[in-house]
Amino acid sequence: MNDRLLGRAAFLGILGAGAVGMLWGRSVADLAGRLLPDQVAGILPTKGWRIYTIRGVPRIDPAIFRLRVDGLVERPLSLSLGDLRELPRVEQVSDFHCVTGWSVKNVHWAGIRFDDLLAEAGPRPEARWLQFFSEEVPYVDTLSLEQAFAPDAMLALDMDKKPLTGPHGFPTRVVMPRMYGYKGVKWVNRIQVRHDFVPGYWETHGYDSDAWIGKSNFGFIKGQE
Amino acid sequence: MQTERGIRTSPSPKLGFVRRFGRTQRALHWTHATAFFALLGTGLVLWLPALSVWVGRRALVKEIHVWTAVAWAAAVALIIILGDRKGLRADWREIERIDRDDRGWLLGRRTPQGRFNAGQKLNAIFTTAFALLFAASGVLLWLAVRESRFRWDGPIVVHDALTLLSLALVLGHLYLALVHPTTRHALRGMTRGDVREDWAREHHPKWIEESERQTGV
Repeated sequence: MNDRLLGRAAFLGILGAGAVGMLWGRSVADLAGRLLPDQVAGILPTKGWRIYTIRGVPRIDPAIFRLRVDGLVERPLSLSLGDLRELPRVEQVSDFHCVTGWSVKNVHWAGIRFDDLLAEAGPRPEARWLQFFSEEVPYVDTLSLEQAFAPDAMLALDMDKKPLTGPHGFPTRVVMPRMYGYKGVKWVNRIQVRHDFVPGYWETHGYDSDAWIGKSNFGFIKGQE
Repeated sequence: MQTERGIRTSPSPKLGFVRRFGRTQRALHWTHATAFFALLGTGLVLWLPALSVWVGRRALVKEIHVWTAVAWAAAVALIIILGDRKGLRADWREIERIDRDDRGWLLGRRTPQGRFNAGQKLNAIFTTAFALLFAASGVLLWLAVRESRFRWDGPIVVHDALTLLSLALVLGHLYLALVHPTTRHALRGMTRGDVREDWAREHHPKWIEESERQTGV
């Protein structure tokens, strides 16, 4: 073989493998995630989940935790974890999609539907939006009442049949499966019922508020719509 | 000034030393090395759950990572445009040529080596290809959140895999450049530009023979 071609073939081969990986890398990574021992999977985000925080995982004492529901409601609430567990419970399985490109398939969620939660507080007629506050200040996000009342949206308490862990939002997080993950506020400690819209944390960094999967965060190339 | 096969014979090295890398090559190496470690540090914070949680401040770390990458690309482009392009081309031709002796070297035989030994050639090939793939997958990741038609699930896997592979590569490189007794003298070539002639004659005999033939010594 031509000596000259050997190094170039290696160079182009690596580039080619990279290009193939950009198209089919996910299946290879999923396989690696299954084959790797749990110790490695604990350090590398091989099981699919990546933990994105803006201030670090807040430590929350379940004994003193309260979820406040206030704003445009007849009866402002302050709910303990025990109170939340008493409310009607729903379950669903859905895929989780992060806007940055990774997804986790078949996540089992259990928690409370927002219309059940709001029924306790009694929203006033002018209520239009729910603003979610996180213990991880200043992370906030907003859903319209219509979005929040979607059948698969919930305030989750359990993930994969166990209580949420710290990195996944213990004790409560928003689950909105048909929107990108940044809409799913973790460590929710307050839901304010509002008449006006307030942009969420990543929305002030340029992301779309109506973050429908596959139908949002366009417009960089064609210009703002 | 005579440039032949990337060997600058001027300015003349000290007596007993031979010139191995010009200013362009060294500038390129240290620019890339600095950017690599800055990108590795910020990248690991963005990637590893334990570090992400410990550092927090995701938006800020992301900005630093992206702007470091932009600065890296601009600096590398500038060095190539303003620097000794002829010398770089000659280096790359030399790196691409994996001859019989090089293949023997990779199989563990102590065959005579040129200015770059076969391991150094592979290191350069991998580093360059990885840099291009890092840049391509990084641009796609940056674009994905702005234009979701580019939200494929491959680029993030490629970017992650490159992180692990280049970490392994750079650890090997650091060991050979800083610790391993017979190779660590090569570091001087990358800092001062020249290396001891007796060291070069022992470890890179084909290089010295060829330059002696060319300069007619």
